[in-house]
Amino acid sequence: MPVETLAEREAALKDLLGLIEGVLGDHLLDAEIARGELTIRVPAVSIRRVLAYLRDDPHMLFKELVDLCGVDYPERERRFDVVYHLLSLKHNQRIRVKIETDETTPVPSVVELFSTAGWFEREAWDMYGIYFADHPDLRRILTDYGFDGHPLRKDFPLTGYVELRYDDEQKRVVYEPVKLRQDFRTFDFASPWEGHGGLLPGDEKASR
Amino acid sequence: MADTTLETFAINFGPQHPAAHGVLRLVLEMDGEVVERADPHIGLLHRGTEKLIEYRPYLQNIPYFDRLDYCSMLCQEHAYVLAVERLLGCEVPIRAQYIRVLFDEITRILNHLLNVTTMALDVGAMTPLLWMFEEREKLMGFYEAVSGARMHANYYRFGGVARDLPDGLEEQIAAWIEQFVPKFDDMDGLLTENRIFKQRTVDIGVVKPQDALDWGFSGPMLRASGIPWDLRKAQPYEVYDRMDFLVPVGKNGDCYDRYLVRMAEIRESLKIMRQCLEQMPEGPVRVPDQKITPPPRALMKSSMEALIHHFKLYTEGVRVPAGEVYAAVESGKGEFGVYLVSDGSNKPYRCKIRSPGYVHLQALDFMSKGHQLADVVAIIGSLDIVFGEIDR
Repeated sequence: MPVETLAEREAALKDLLGLIEGVLGDHLLDAEIARGELTIRVPAVSIRRVLAYLRDDPHMLFKELVDLCGVDYPERERRFDVVYHLLSLKHNQRIRVKIETDETTPVPSVVELFSTAGWFEREAWDMYGIYFADHPDLRRILTDYGFDGHPLRKDFPLTGYVELRYDDEQKRVVYEPVKLRQDFRTFDFASPWEGHGGLLPGDEKASR
Repeated sequence: MADTTLETFAINFGPQHPAAHGVLRLVLEMDGEVVERADPHIGLLHRGTEKLIEYRPYLQNIPYFDRLDYCSMLCQEHAYVLAVERLLGCEVPIRAQYIRVLFDEITRILNHLLNVTTMALDVGAMTPLLWMFEEREKLMGFYEAVSGARMHANYYRFGGVARDLPDGLEEQIAAWIEQFVPKFDDMDGLLTENRIFKQRTVDIGVVKPQDALDWGFSGPMLRASGIPWDLRKAQPYEVYDRMDFLVPVGKNGDCYDRYLVRMAEIRESLKIMRQCLEQMPEGPVRVPDQKITPPPRALMKSSMEALIHHFKLYTEGVRVPAGEVYAAVESGKGEFGVYLVSDGSNKPYRCKIRSPGYVHLQALDFMSKGHQLADVVAIIGSLDIVFGEIDR
């Protein structure tokens, strides 16, 4: 079987995007084809409608939700992206669907469409605090029982806030605030010689 | 005693149960001996890999991928280096592609041997485990030969592999394949038609094709339900398009079919390994781009430019153009994907690891409903879960 080249792949994705634009039109905020991958951005409220169309339309048949995850951009007004990766076995295509939300706005859950979204949404809730409305069982999943905070947010420190140890007197595990035995070290090796606009100290004298 | 009403009761399975394949805590709601609901509690092995990755330069993140699923180490590195390579836009030399395919298949055999034999152990057969772990040990010897580590290889690099195969390794691998086949046949004969093994696995945990898609299955779990889907065929990466191999597919989607699919895949992997060894050309194993590959040691003694490149690569690291990419490989357990977002700096902005085991374990509830407690053990065995990748 000959392998598809990147150009062929992107041409196929362009056709796919044309079909999607025809049907979703007003639901589509933005679309991009880059590196052989198609990304569409839709409003959070219409995510169910979009995913239902992508799953059931005979030209799409994205029957499998491969992945669902959050991404945090704290400088934005609506800081979170929720990213859905879908796979169509029938047409051998992938698509990425993105929506935006913030800490307080709930996102419609897609568990009814894809059962596999259940744990993915629990993980996004656990890690980012993205709230999914109508999720049947939105509990924390990866962090400890009784954990506080959402660890993958950019403003959550790498070391966390609490550490635990076994206390021999109380005969149980106890939580304590993190005490670092040495300072937390981050090395920023980004070159100071790039990205400063080409002016070095003393350059202003040259034009004098 | 007048009216006795029976209520369901909950039992706690794990997290230290040997059949839980790691640190799975399973809260089972039982009606007598029959499972009403299974609620897996995961995260006991959560190490925050995705958070750590955001704080490390790209190169230093490769070892984290060995430590996810510690039975298919190199397949996971493969997904990560593929993602970074797509962002960098670099071509991998053909010999390195063959080496990667060869070691992906070694990894698949490592993974399937572990799963098949431990599943057999869970349902009462101890001999296959003892036989096949000896073979796994030899395969890990090949890992050690190329990387210096038996398990956590850290061998793949952006644009190739860390170093070429040592002299004589290709012959050793070829010899291993020949001596492995009769031993594998022995194990096959011992287990596949075994009455007790079939009693424990046939018609247990049946997954219909539409359910398998709904629950996001991939890999052997999907193929056992009768859906012929393999990323190595459908979306070939590296030189898989040059390989001649079959994709085994099950009929019933029960635990026994999942076992059969894995057994057949081991034989197909052996075929791919033989083809790799036959076809592998000589040549470089890393891309010559000095912004990605460090210069040879000898050159650094004479070339100032090489010294600067080396210094930059091991302090600042590789700068990856801004963008996002999803790269997936067919690992032993299913589709292992990496969704990588780069902001143009030397560290990933976000790296989401899509592990197949996480998705498969989620389906345990619906698979074990109505089965007996002992069947849950067989189902967990057939799911092929490893907690390193589920908890991340």
